[in-house]
Amino acid sequence: MTTTTAPRGLRRSSDLPWGNPLVYLIAALVITAMLGPIVYIIIGGFRTNSQITVDPAGWPDPWNIANYLDVLGGGIFWRQVLNSTITAAATTLGVLALSLAASYVIARYRFRGAGALYVLFASGLMFPLTVAITPLYIVVRNLGLMNSLGGVIVPQIAFGLAQAVIILVPFLRAIPDEIEEAASIDGAGRLAFFWRMVVPLSLPGVITVGILVFINSWNSYLLPLFILNNEASFTLPLGVQAFSSQYSVDTAKVLAFTSLSMLPALVFFSVFERRIVGGLTGAVKG
Amino acid sequence: MTDRELISPAAGGSPAIIEADGGSARALPPSRPSRRKSLWGIRLEILLLAGPAVLVFLAFVILPVVMAGYYGFFRWQGYGIPTDFVGLQNYLTIIQDPDFHEALWHNIVIVVLSLVLQAPIAIGLALLLNRRMKGQSVIRVLIFVPYVISEVVVGTGWGLMLQSRGAVNAFLENIGLGAFTQDWISNPDIAIWTLMGILVWKYVGFAVIIILAGLQGIPNELFEAAAIDGASYWQIQRRITLPLLGPTLRIWAFLSIIGALQLFDLVYIIWGQYIASTAGTSTMATYMVSNGRNAGNFGYGNAVAVVMFIISLGVALAYQRIVLRRDTAGALTGRSKR
Repeated sequence: MTTTTAPRGLRRSSDLPWGNPLVYLIAALVITAMLGPIVYIIIGGFRTNSQITVDPAGWPDPWNIANYLDVLGGGIFWRQVLNSTITAAATTLGVLALSLAASYVIARYRFRGAGALYVLFASGLMFPLTVAITPLYIVVRNLGLMNSLGGVIVPQIAFGLAQAVIILVPFLRAIPDEIEEAASIDGAGRLAFFWRMVVPLSLPGVITVGILVFINSWNSYLLPLFILNNEASFTLPLGVQAFSSQYSVDTAKVLAFTSLSMLPALVFFSVFERRIVGGLTGAVKG
Repeated sequence: MTDRELISPAAGGSPAIIEADGGSARALPPSRPSRRKSLWGIRLEILLLAGPAVLVFLAFVILPVVMAGYYGFFRWQGYGIPTDFVGLQNYLTIIQDPDFHEALWHNIVIVVLSLVLQAPIAIGLALLLNRRMKGQSVIRVLIFVPYVISEVVVGTGWGLMLQSRGAVNAFLENIGLGAFTQDWISNPDIAIWTLMGILVWKYVGFAVIIILAGLQGIPNELFEAAAIDGASYWQIQRRITLPLLGPTLRIWAFLSIIGALQLFDLVYIIWGQYIASTAGTSTMATYMVSNGRNAGNFGYGNAVAVVMFIISLGVALAYQRIVLRRDTAGALTGRSKR
């Protein structure tokens, strides 16, 4: 395994030459195709239903912010934002805490079974959530966690572990033994070493895992669909779907709701884009 | 859902550890003399650190799959203890159900088309974006945006745009291509292609990013040497870049195949459980949900889950053995130690 550090290819473009104009034309077309539908959803929210009925592909004339104000003024949207935020934050914290501890054991303790432990977690990649969902639903129901965010959070933590352990173990193993020896000469125990040295030194890996888990949780649909049947507990994806079937005649409002619900993910992505793109490539390349 | 599968290539790290720990019981390397803790203390640390993760993992990942294997032998409505043991009846029903055959066939079509449609587009875009040009990092990020947006938003948005009186048809009419308007979603001749279009739109950015990473792994000296020898841009791409991209492409194909076999969200959101089967876009996963939980037949749903699991696992293992074995040891094939 070659662990290339991730965001290598993203060099500053200011010192690059202008190339073939055809290349820019193709790039512009591709970007239009990729962003067009997203822009349509956002702009569509600024139109009225009659405008949409007359010409579904038209421009807002006049621009109309009532749909957005309606959604932002209602309690439903904010409750779902809150639910999604709680779920994603708790899932991220849970995955990071559990996977860091387990990866630390796998990477730095030499004992019979360390290899088996790694294989156990890595095998999780062969057990996708889609396959496990029906019995998982029964487990969650038997635990009395139906319609509670906990019933989504705990399984999501479990299903996030495989990926997290696989990303984190190489980071933890890369910490030089000398640092650990120095720490232990200074009288620090392994657990103190874990908190003082391991966590800070593996921060890039931790951040990558954290972002991936957070976005996964923010977007997740199948598990909440099974666990959360009560509208008060809906996360945003369920909320978007419920809203779009409830207001199926009010297209403009559905578009406004949908674009507002993707806004947090887009903001999150634009803040961390280098980490995400780099993290994915790094993770895939191993 | 796909993110979880992304990382599997890295899973090959395991053999090194298995060999390193070699079966000896030494708990500490001799190079750390200052550590004089008892064996029990170390065991306690291991238990304390790894225990919670193992417990959660076993309870919510492994146990459900085992349970599915058990419940699959019962006719069971999901309440109380299953008592109506039916043996292999559920599996026989699945194998004989034409609806399942259809769903499986759609999955196969989606697997193949995902590879055939995405690979050329992604390779072309990656080669394009690998050229030294202004704004390349911005372009890379923008191509990736659809991948980050949730399936529900994508499904809702595209669902609205593709209605017979939606934006796509109106756009076609506005630019004078009114002859090409279609009933994109419910026409069974077209629906699967509509689905493929949306899938390519959403996931091609991911393929581009992986391939770009693979391109960066190719040493620049090779291109320089070829250029000195007088090779043209296209000759270099064909003779050097593409062959050296092999491992990257094979890993991407693996992830794409596994993802396509599990496809659920987009189909369920755009088509719903009933229209999906009449429009010809149902998948094994939507079949599982609509005939299992939604129909109240939890025994049957679990049996479908087992069938899906076996198919996915079989495909994954076969792919690893046949396709990926050519790649360097330790990349992905590590688990099947040869």
